[in-house]
Amino acid sequence: MQEAVSITEARRWGAPSPPILAVNNIEVVYNHVILVLKGVSLSVPKGEIVALLGANGAGKTTTLKAISNLLQSERGEVTKGSIVFDEAEVQALTPNELVRRGCIQVMEGRRCFAHLTVEENLLTGAFTRRDGSAEIKRDLELVYSYFPRLRERRAALAGFTSGGEQQMCSIGRALMSRPKMILLDEPSMGLAPQVVDEIFTIVSNLNQTSGVSFLLAEQNTNMALNFARYGYILENGRVVMDGEAAALRDNEDVKEFYLGIAEGKRKSFREGKHYKRRKRWLA
Amino acid sequence: MLFFVETVISGLLAGVMYSLVALGFVLIFKASGVFNFAQGVMALFAGLTLAGFLSGTVPFTHQINPALAMPPWLAILATVGVMILLAILIERLVLRHLINQEPIILFMMTLGLAYVLEGAGDLLWGSDVKVLDLGLPSGASDWLLDNYGLYVDKLEVVAAVVAAVLVAVLAIFFQRTRIGRALRAVADDHQAALSVGISLNTIWAIVWAAAGIVALVAGIMWGAKSGIQFSLSLIALKALPVLILGGFDSVPGAIVGGLIIGVGEKVAEVYLGPFVGGAIENWFAYMLALAFLLVRPEGLFGEKIIRRV
Repeated sequence: MQEAVSITEARRWGAPSPPILAVNNIEVVYNHVILVLKGVSLSVPKGEIVALLGANGAGKTTTLKAISNLLQSERGEVTKGSIVFDEAEVQALTPNELVRRGCIQVMEGRRCFAHLTVEENLLTGAFTRRDGSAEIKRDLELVYSYFPRLRERRAALAGFTSGGEQQMCSIGRALMSRPKMILLDEPSMGLAPQVVDEIFTIVSNLNQTSGVSFLLAEQNTNMALNFARYGYILENGRVVMDGEAAALRDNEDVKEFYLGIAEGKRKSFREGKHYKRRKRWLA
Repeated sequence: MLFFVETVISGLLAGVMYSLVALGFVLIFKASGVFNFAQGVMALFAGLTLAGFLSGTVPFTHQINPALAMPPWLAILATVGVMILLAILIERLVLRHLINQEPIILFMMTLGLAYVLEGAGDLLWGSDVKVLDLGLPSGASDWLLDNYGLYVDKLEVVAAVVAAVLVAVLAIFFQRTRIGRALRAVADDHQAALSVGISLNTIWAIVWAAAGIVALVAGIMWGAKSGIQFSLSLIALKALPVLILGGFDSVPGAIVGGLIIGVGEKVAEVYLGPFVGGAIENWFAYMLALAFLLVRPEGLFGEKIIRRV
């Protein structure tokens, strides 16, 4: 047992296998003028959950959209740096080709197709697949086994399901493409803590049983660091800190600014170390 | 009584003709949220092309070379090919560059497209009125006239059958196929569709091609009825109240809306017309549409605006 664990450990951290995703110092500009990302680098090892943390407007969503190449349709552009997914340069691929190669984004705010039933939503996820309806049907059953609630609601219009069900539906939809990696944008948004817990548990199961890698953008720092292996913290379009999740959880600054705990106890906002924060992270 | 029945039947059949035009609008609106102002001109263009192929007109020269005249089936196939090519061109040259723009900008694009297509049609095939002779039955149905004393135009019956087939095919396409599902997904949320790997470019080319083929059917029916001429492009305006009534994104809505407008028009003209000096037929449809906008803006069959509370 002990040995088995250490082998996985070795596979995860020791082996020199290239990461499934490598983002090298990218800059993103919207509308040719607005500089949103000012040099972001990160990497996701195969089969890991990596968290991308930060406040509103830090650049989490933009980073994910740069990776899935959805920026172009929003008049955004990667002007510097490179993104490599599974040994392929992302900038040269369309979103459609990226999904076919196994990199799919679950967008912020769920974005189910409201006028399609839950099952039809799931089936749209298999759009890029060419391996026949029997395989797709099998994967549909698999998704239902991960999310039993979706099976119950399969014939309901997605627009009329609850927020949690919609989130499950959009994750399930992404799974139907047989991804190697899912870019998960703020799955906890607007959901009850209990539902968030449920969803994170399923994500973590998925990661362990099917080996799908996750890049998880979250504001719920506590939750994300509990499930992720590694974390990056973004601020104003830059990575200001990164480290293993456990180390980040114990970091004084992270506790102070993102978890709301300092010197062992919760403090009020007024007592925060504002000047120190500016000095240390942005100087 | 007989007169009333005749009025209703002729209204229904005229309605089917409106529905044929409205269908093309619905297709494009459903998949891209764009109101395609050029749909009427597409019907004109398709009709001109078909008439050109049938008569063996040499494009751009306006001269007829009988050796080039195609048999009807070949001419129809060739026109379908032209409409598909047109759809691909529209996607490549225009839509691709307007991705993620406001609906109003896309609408302006279709206005421009209408003029370009109209010009192209004249340039290619000439602007004279053309007779479209595909050998479709026309004139009164003798059987109905002899047995029931009803006057029913055979051509309009054919149009009704064609419309029914078209609707059945489209319904199966939208509900049961992979591409149809993707079309509905794109209609719901462009960006989310993009994120699951649905290629918008392909979808738009497909949907414009489908609308082009529906325009061809409308062009054939209207052309056989009243010749192919510029006024064909104005039937688009008649489709507008049909759409408002039936719902912009509903295929059955386009049919039912068309029928209601057709019957409403004819019945109003015959029974209300005399009291207000006639000519109701021209504006009755628009009044009906206006009333509908006030009561039920999504139309009879339009997709309900889903609001979760």
